[in-house]
Amino acid sequence: MKTILKTNDLHKVYRLGGLLNRVRINALDRVNLHVQSDEPVIISLVGESGSGKTTLAKVMLRLIEPSAGQAIVYDQVVAGKGARTDKKSFLSIVQPIFQNPFEAFSSYRTVDTYLIRTANKITGLPTAECEDLVEEALVSVGMHYADVLGKYPNQFSGGELQRISVARALIPKPGIIIADEPVSMIDASLRMNVINLFLKLKEETRTSFLYITHDLATAYYISDYLAVMYRGTIVEFGHARTILSDPQHPYTQLLLDSVATMNQKWTETEIAMQDMEATEFTAVGCRFRHRCPLAEEICAEVRPGATLLPDEREVYCHVVERELEKV
Amino acid sequence: MIRLNQLVATYTTVRGTVKAVDGVDLEIPSGNIVGIAGESGCGKTTLLKVIYGDLVYPLALDSGGVDYVFADDDRQEVTTETIQQYWFKRISYIPQSSMSSLNPVVKIRKQFVDFLEPKANKEETLDRVRQFIRQLDLPAEALDSYPHQLSGGMRQRMMVALATFFQPDIILADEPTTALDVVVQKGILLLLVRLQRQMQNTVLFVSHDMGVHYQISHRMLIMYAAKAVEFGESAEVFSAPLHPYTRMLIDSLPNIGDDHMRQGVSGRPPSLWDDLRGCRFAARCPLATQRCRDEEPAFIEHRPNHFAACHYAGDELPKVEPSA
Ligand SMILES: Nc1ncnc2c1ncn2[C@@H]1O[C@H](COP(=O)(O)OP(=O)(O)OP(=O)(O)O)[C@@H](O)[C@H]1O
Ligand SMILES: Nc1ncnc2c1ncn2[C@@H]1O[C@H](COP(=O)(O)OP(=O)(O)OP(=O)(O)O)[C@@H](O)[C@H]1O
Ligand SMILES: [Mg+2]
Ligand SMILES: [Mg+2]
Repeated sequence: MKTILKTNDLHKVYRLGGLLNRVRINALDRVNLHVQSDEPVIISLVGESGSGKTTLAKVMLRLIEPSAGQAIVYDQVVAGKGARTDKKSFLSIVQPIFQNPFEAFSSYRTVDTYLIRTANKITGLPTAECEDLVEEALVSVGMHYADVLGKYPNQFSGGELQRISVARALIPKPGIIIADEPVSMIDASLRMNVINLFLKLKEETRTSFLYITHDLATAYYISDYLAVMYRGTIVEFGHARTILSDPQHPYTQLLLDSVATMNQKWTETEIAMQDMEATEFTAVGCRFRHRCPLAEEICAEVRPGATLLPDEREVYCHVVERELEKV
Repeated sequence: MIRLNQLVATYTTVRGTVKAVDGVDLEIPSGNIVGIAGESGCGKTTLLKVIYGDLVYPLALDSGGVDYVFADDDRQEVTTETIQQYWFKRISYIPQSSMSSLNPVVKIRKQFVDFLEPKANKEETLDRVRQFIRQLDLPAEALDSYPHQLSGGMRQRMMVALATFFQPDIILADEPTTALDVVVQKGILLLLVRLQRQMQNTVLFVSHDMGVHYQISHRMLIMYAAKAVEFGESAEVFSAPLHPYTRMLIDSLPNIGDDHMRQGVSGRPPSLWDDLRGCRFAARCPLATQRCRDEEPAFIEHRPNHFAACHYAGDELPKVEPSA
């Protein structure tokens, strides 16, 4: 079977502040994921704001170097120790869609030239044929070449621009698209078009996706696998439906309880949770213990490892581990 | 009450002007959280900017105006041109992607103080701000930090705190929780709801997330292609929408645990650059008739306090089935 995505003890440390008050942020703290399949898959990555999701995406896209560990995509080591994939073949393995579409486009270049140049750089085809490729890609996100012709990024709304970035990523027909919150700025009615487009591309062009999102409902809707992150660590990983219909890690449970649904209103008495503090990134033990209703002594001392449950999911929680040993 | 009178706002570009808000006309009762939803690019941010009186080139108010709840000190009517002097005090704005719009090299405290009148006792006000944010379970030190030192959630809570400190009559919030995780989002929204309930001010709240609107909005305004297409009490808009676009917005979203295929609204909104006639949603509406394509529907009150711009809104809408 193909290794679609695998990370081995992936680590990324950011250093902030001056010489005296330097802080280390373990944005990725020994992250281990592994998805093997001969079929294309959609893997969702969800979790806390600032938990390292974008950092993971950037490592896999080779935009930043990991501090330790390695990342493998479609059987190729793309980052970390032993990474050898050359630039050209890398582009047809991994393509990005980013969270902030305004960062993805140069504000000095018209969107059409940007797209044509992208197509040209990747395929080497002449402009006329690149126009066809670009039109094809734009149509699949509900736009046309004529709509972008001669326009600069600031002439589009955030949502419009995001659809254009989806189109841009589709041009080289990559093995996996890493989509970092591709629909967070898109409204409900078009959101499903993009999401369904991912499903369609998975079937028709056999493209896999790493879908990073805060929208658990769309994650449920499209994913085969799901990884939940909290402060640089994975807390739960496995089949998406298994996890979302019966979350085991206390953080995953809190996450699901907080979704704004159209079924039931929040009660008045619910208290806002305390926000994160950077120091917890460097803490020993379980990162979630300060907020965990089940926390015990061991949670402050030992970092929980992966416990494999019979339904093939991995949960990083001492309490879950002990419960499993009981049965 | 805020009264929007036939607002028409345009952007000037090299290609000509584009009407980003085109004839929005409605009355927003005070003391409500009004949710605003609609396709990206339909003019939500532009509408908030007009109400905030933040009309800088290339944006301009072509015609119409806003009647605010309050008169100024000289009993003069406040207009979009004079509202600036009340920024923060009587009207505040949490801009879209405000997480990155704070100046990264200036401490949060300083950015806030810049808006205080020069005469005011800054130190005393700052003390009150510190107390206020402590009541909201925010650490007072956050005021003395640079924006990058705070998490996204913390920054947004600071924005909410600062936007509410002077108890303004009107708070404009443009997607204040987009890009935050749902746990943090819930915390911020419950904070906003709590403050609104205490202060009884009017909050205009833009979000793409219909679940969020369902949770916190008292009224809903649905926009489509620079127009208001539906406005009414949330409970009724969600349970019995009048406009087919609203219904499709509500029905298009998946739920956790529900395995039905969902369809977005197919097609695309008309380009605001074109000369538009008829109903702007007609090309994508499963119920559209020739009349819809020819004649623009008026925005009228079909049920008490429930407005819509659809020729057939008075009739019972057949349920638009999300095709399997
Ligand atoms: N260039 C950088 N320098 C220093 N710290 C950084 C840098 N980029 C990210 N961080 C920190 O690393 C942590 C992980 O950030 P990251 O952007 O990967 O989170 P995320 O899960 O994508 O969050 P979000 O859901 O808000 O997009 C955060 O604490 C962030 O502040
Ligand atoms: N500075 C500008 N110059 C020209 N056109 C603009 C400018 N800003 C916005 N527009 C156009 O005005 C229309 C309305 O934009 P606006 O930002 O109000 O939309 P929005 O509803 O807030 O969208 P989103 O949900 O994506 O934030 C869009 O068609 C957009 O392309
Ligand atoms: Mg991110
Ligand atoms: Mg906007």
